[in-house]
This record gives sequence, C-alpha cells and structure tokens, in this order.
Amino acid sequence: MSRGWRLGVFLAGAAGLVFLFVVVARPLPGPLELRNRYAEEINTRAFRERNVTDAVTAVNFDYRGFDTIGEEFILFVSVLGSMFLLRMTEERGDEILPDAAEDSRDVRSTDAMNLWILAMIAPKVVFGIYIVTHGQLTPGGGFQGGVILATAALMLYVGEGFAVFRRVVPHGAVEFAEAVGAGGFLLIGMLAWFWGKPFLTNIIPLGQSHQLTSGGTMPLISVSTGLEVTAGFVLLLYGFLQENLTPRGEK
Amino acid sequence: MSAQIVTYAGFIVAGWLFLTGLYGIITSRHLVHLCLSMTVVQASTYVLLAVIGYRPGLPAPIFVNMPAGSPAVDPVIQALMLTDIVVEATVIALLLAITVRIHRRTSTADPNEVDIMRG
Repeated sequence: MSRGWRLGVFLAGAAGLVFLFVVVARPLPGPLELRNRYAEEINTRAFRERNVTDAVTAVNFDYRGFDTIGEEFILFVSVLGSMFLLRMTEERGDEILPDAAEDSRDVRSTDAMNLWILAMIAPKVVFGIYIVTHGQLTPGGGFQGGVILATAALMLYVGEGFAVFRRVVPHGAVEFAEAVGAGGFLLIGMLAWFWGKPFLTNIIPLGQSHQLTSGGTMPLISVSTGLEVTAGFVLLLYGFLQENLTPRGEK
Repeated sequence: MSAQIVTYAGFIVAGWLFLTGLYGIITSRHLVHLCLSMTVVQASTYVLLAVIGYRPGLPAPIFVNMPAGSPAVDPVIQALMLTDIVVEATVIALLLAITVRIHRRTSTADPNEVDIMRG
C-alpha cells in the first residue's frame, strides 16, 4: 500500500474515532459527580484492616495482589522473551569487543564525570532500597524502587564500562535474583495455604501501623517484586549491551 | 467548573496522544521510531486513567498525616498505572529486541522494506 493510501485510511479511521470518542466521552461524569465506592472503601479499610498508610500499596500487594502477579509475570515473560531474542543473535563466544566499549568511553567521559557517576551509585542503591521497603508507609514499593535500583547498575556501566559492570554484577547472580523475585511472590501467596486460607491471604501479623513491619505480607511481597524488577531490568541491560559490544559472528 | 475543564482537557489530551502515536506508527520509516510511537499511544491510556482517578482538590491516598478514610484520590487507578508504567518499559524492550532481530535478518530497519517472509 502506498504512503498516500495508507494516510487516507488512517485519516478516515481517525475521523471516525474522534466522532465516537466525543460521543462516548461527553456524557461521562466529571470528577465532581464521579464517586467510586470501591476507591472509598479501600481508602477507609487499608488503614483499619491492614495497618498500612499507603492505600496504593495495599491495592497492589494485598487487595488486588492476584492482578499484580499477572502484571509481574508480564514483566517476567517480556524479559525472558527479550533475552531469548537477543541470545539468538549471539552464537559468538564470550569475548567483548574492547574497542567498542573503551573507545566510546574515552570520547564521552572524563575522570571527573566518572567519579561523579560512581559517587552517585551508593545513594541510588540506598534510595532504591528505601523506596522498596517503605511502600506500605509512603509512596513507593517494589516496582518503583526496583527501577531506581536498576539505574544504579546502569550508572556503573556508564561510569566504568561493560567489563567492570560484568564483574560487579555477575550475570548468573542476576538471573538467580530474578527467579527468586518472581518465585518469591508466588511462595508468599502460597504461604496462606498452610493455614488453610485462600491464595495470597495476608496471614503474617499486621504489626504496628506507621512502622516498617506493618502490613503483614505486603513488605515481603514488595521486596520480592523489587528484586524481580531490578533483576529484570539489569538482565535487559545485559542483553542489549552484549548484543552491542560482542563481535558479530558470521555476518 | 475548573474540574470540568480538567476532565475534558484530560479526555482531549488522551485522544490527541492516541491519534498522534497512531499516526507515528502508520507513517514510521524506522522500527525504533515505531516502538517509541507505541509508547506515545500507551501514554494516552495513562492520561485517561489519571483523569478518571482524579478528584478535585483532594490529596494522594497516603494516610500518614490524615485520618483513615478521609477523602483522597482513587488508589485503584494509581496502583494500575504504576505497575503498568514499569511493565510497559520491559514490553518496549521486547519490541526493541525484535527490532534487533529483524535488522540482523533483513539488514534494514524500515518497516516498509522489511519482508520477513523471505527465506
């Protein structure tokens, strides 16, 4: 199909979509009239029933924890798929192209910049762990903290190059961490079975509110999600870096 | 009144982002550009959800400094969005990995020239 034709089809479809969108969106209630009973219930109950102060985390890791397992396994499977696709191109030994890694580093960065980047890693790790473990108290949790932790690994690569990155963050350990993170969520959910309760029931003592240990299983699930997200992103980093920095094999 | 404006502005921005992203996908000349256009389409759902979860003038559903059950914005929508934003990033990585594969296989990244059925 030529470009013009394609654009024509798009414009016709877009016009129809705009029309339908207006028809559908116009009668929708504005936020003033909109009341979501479910949201109000959770805002009330999260604190009373679960001793947590962050209702969002209560939804993610408790009230709708089952949905979050689904989300987490979308993440798991897309990381798996990416690694698989990137490895298919990879039949090529373990050596790294030293030039590609080193050259680009020399061109782009200076010692001062490297030092600054390295100095940022420790605060990033601390901040990431803080966000992961305080999800039940203040905004945060495994997903957000996991991404922050993964950027620390990215920083390591930017500052020191792939060789150091690979030494400090061994591939096998990351894969292991990802598996533990993904499996941990399921295992914590299954824990309830020992008490004859349904999957993902919050069976651990809920603790004192406003404390790090409040929320029963929530902090544990948060940590396991954080592990999974961190390791998943670092694995992706591995995949794409290896794809870029190792020699091309036959082609 | 201003709340109504926020709502409709939100709907308009969501629709606009959706169409812009779709236009990008359709007219794309590079697979990486196509993947990024898709993130624009996805951003439209975030805007839509943010508008639906919004309650005028109310704080975030964090009950540290306020009593439980005091009015706050919708926590369910926020939970949906925060997981989706993280998961979306890995899905985009998957698409980019497919892009890498296609480029290896066909030596082009232009979706118009990619003929994946070729042996």
